[in-house]
Amino acid sequence: MNAAAAFFYIFSTVMIGSAFMVISARNPVHSVLFLILAFVNAAGLFLLLGAEFLAMIIVIVYVGAVAVLFLFVVMMLDVDFAELKQGFLQYLPVGALIGVAVLIELVLVVGAWTMAPAAIGAAGSPVQPDISNTLALGRVLYTKHVYFFQAAGLVLLTAMIGAIVLTLRHKPDVKRQDIGEQNARDKSDVKLKKVPSRAGV
Amino acid sequence: MNGFEDGWVLPLLLMLVKSVALIVILLALIAYYLWADRKIWAAVQLRRGPNVVGPWGLLQSFADLLKFVLKEPVIPAGANKGVFLLAPLITGVLALGAWAVIPVADGWALADINVGILYIFAISSLGVYGVIMGGWASNSKYPFLSALRSAAQMVSYEVSIGFVIVTVLLVAGSLNLTEIVRAQDTKLGMLGWYWLPLFPMFIIFFISALAETNRPPFDLVEAESELVAGFMVEYSSTPYLLFMLGEYVAIISMCALMTILFAGGWLSPIPFAPFTWVPGVVWFILKVTVFFFMIALVKAFVPRYRYDQLMRLGWKVFLPISLAMVVIVAGVLQFTGWGN
Repeated sequence: MNAAAAFFYIFSTVMIGSAFMVISARNPVHSVLFLILAFVNAAGLFLLLGAEFLAMIIVIVYVGAVAVLFLFVVMMLDVDFAELKQGFLQYLPVGALIGVAVLIELVLVVGAWTMAPAAIGAAGSPVQPDISNTLALGRVLYTKHVYFFQAAGLVLLTAMIGAIVLTLRHKPDVKRQDIGEQNARDKSDVKLKKVPSRAGV
Repeated sequence: MNGFEDGWVLPLLLMLVKSVALIVILLALIAYYLWADRKIWAAVQLRRGPNVVGPWGLLQSFADLLKFVLKEPVIPAGANKGVFLLAPLITGVLALGAWAVIPVADGWALADINVGILYIFAISSLGVYGVIMGGWASNSKYPFLSALRSAAQMVSYEVSIGFVIVTVLLVAGSLNLTEIVRAQDTKLGMLGWYWLPLFPMFIIFFISALAETNRPPFDLVEAESELVAGFMVEYSSTPYLLFMLGEYVAIISMCALMTILFAGGWLSPIPFAPFTWVPGVVWFILKVTVFFFMIALVKAFVPRYRYDQLMRLGWKVFLPISLAMVVIVAGVLQFTGWGN
């Protein structure tokens, strides 16, 4: 067994173990922490495949940003642990049914898998070994697939604007600091007032 | 069996020796950076600073280390014990992990990987977990408030750090830290380094680095006047030491990153004979020290930001400027053909 295989087994065992703990841990915060561990191990598996760019992006995007916000939402929720434990077995049959259905669907899809004739040609042209896969991705992402890339960006932008529109409220009677107005203030606007003792302004 | 040893064990041993050497040297340096931080702070306020342990207080950091290690670690009864102890470990290990890819001289990196800068960015974005987990697991109000603040703060400033890194990548044309430094190796010496052509980004990176490492004036995470000591309130002994260590290692890594991205890494500032004889690692440490000196001075000079001001600076000032700079730099590179 070489080093790559050893690491593959370490990463995949820890990943499957932590994925199982995500659904079985009693404390939801622990679940999210195990989810993060699963993400990190997925990044490790990508590294073993030689996809170092994807591995780093998984860590930056999923672990560094998405999971942080997720963790916060879970921490802020007031969860009743006792109630949570009660309902676990009750939903098991439904969950198992859905799981089996998805499994059958996956088997059917993979069983009937055929490559498009155009894609076979593309798969046969591997990336040149002398350029890194970041460079290889960059070369096609911003040239050949630029419209898809921009469309994905627009979808995210829409989601972002939607979140802002939903949460932004203008309260009329709240005092706000206007930095521009403050900086534009002239010396003549400021008046010194002589306040007599015990008289107030 | 022979092939097994050559292919597996020897590289592993070599890597282990190198890593241990790097960590020992790094930690010894950090002991003195910590001392220097306190001395500079004291000098600005016309105090003496640490001056009792050893000559000029030089052994103060080691005395602190001993004190922390020998104290009793107190774990609050209501704390979530596993997460509580994991949090400082994560902070310490992640901060040290970033040093695996930093080239301190030409070819002197433990792992000279192609996506070095992304790796550092990923590791520093994970640093927030130590704070969140510590804050949550303490099961106490102040640490939790502090964790809330820090997540918002670190996530916001990561955005501008990311864009600053993108502009440097565009100019250097590589994600490899060694290549980024080599791209700055011109006949102009220190005028050819990226701090000059990318000057506004250098300032933004410096300030964002302060916010990312929770240094004053952005140390709202541990603002003692409002949150006692932030997420570290419940920590004592070695776990507390690990938090402090992680914080200082992160600060030095940010200095190293500034050196690599904007100040030519191990390159000599004046590109001819007597100066180029000096080994690269000396220049590297000198540059890191200069940046650390600037960070230490900021701590002494600048009063703490209010929380809304911090958020405004990150989202309304730095984000638009850095976004605009990415477009400008990309446009300039495309239309003038620089770097090709």
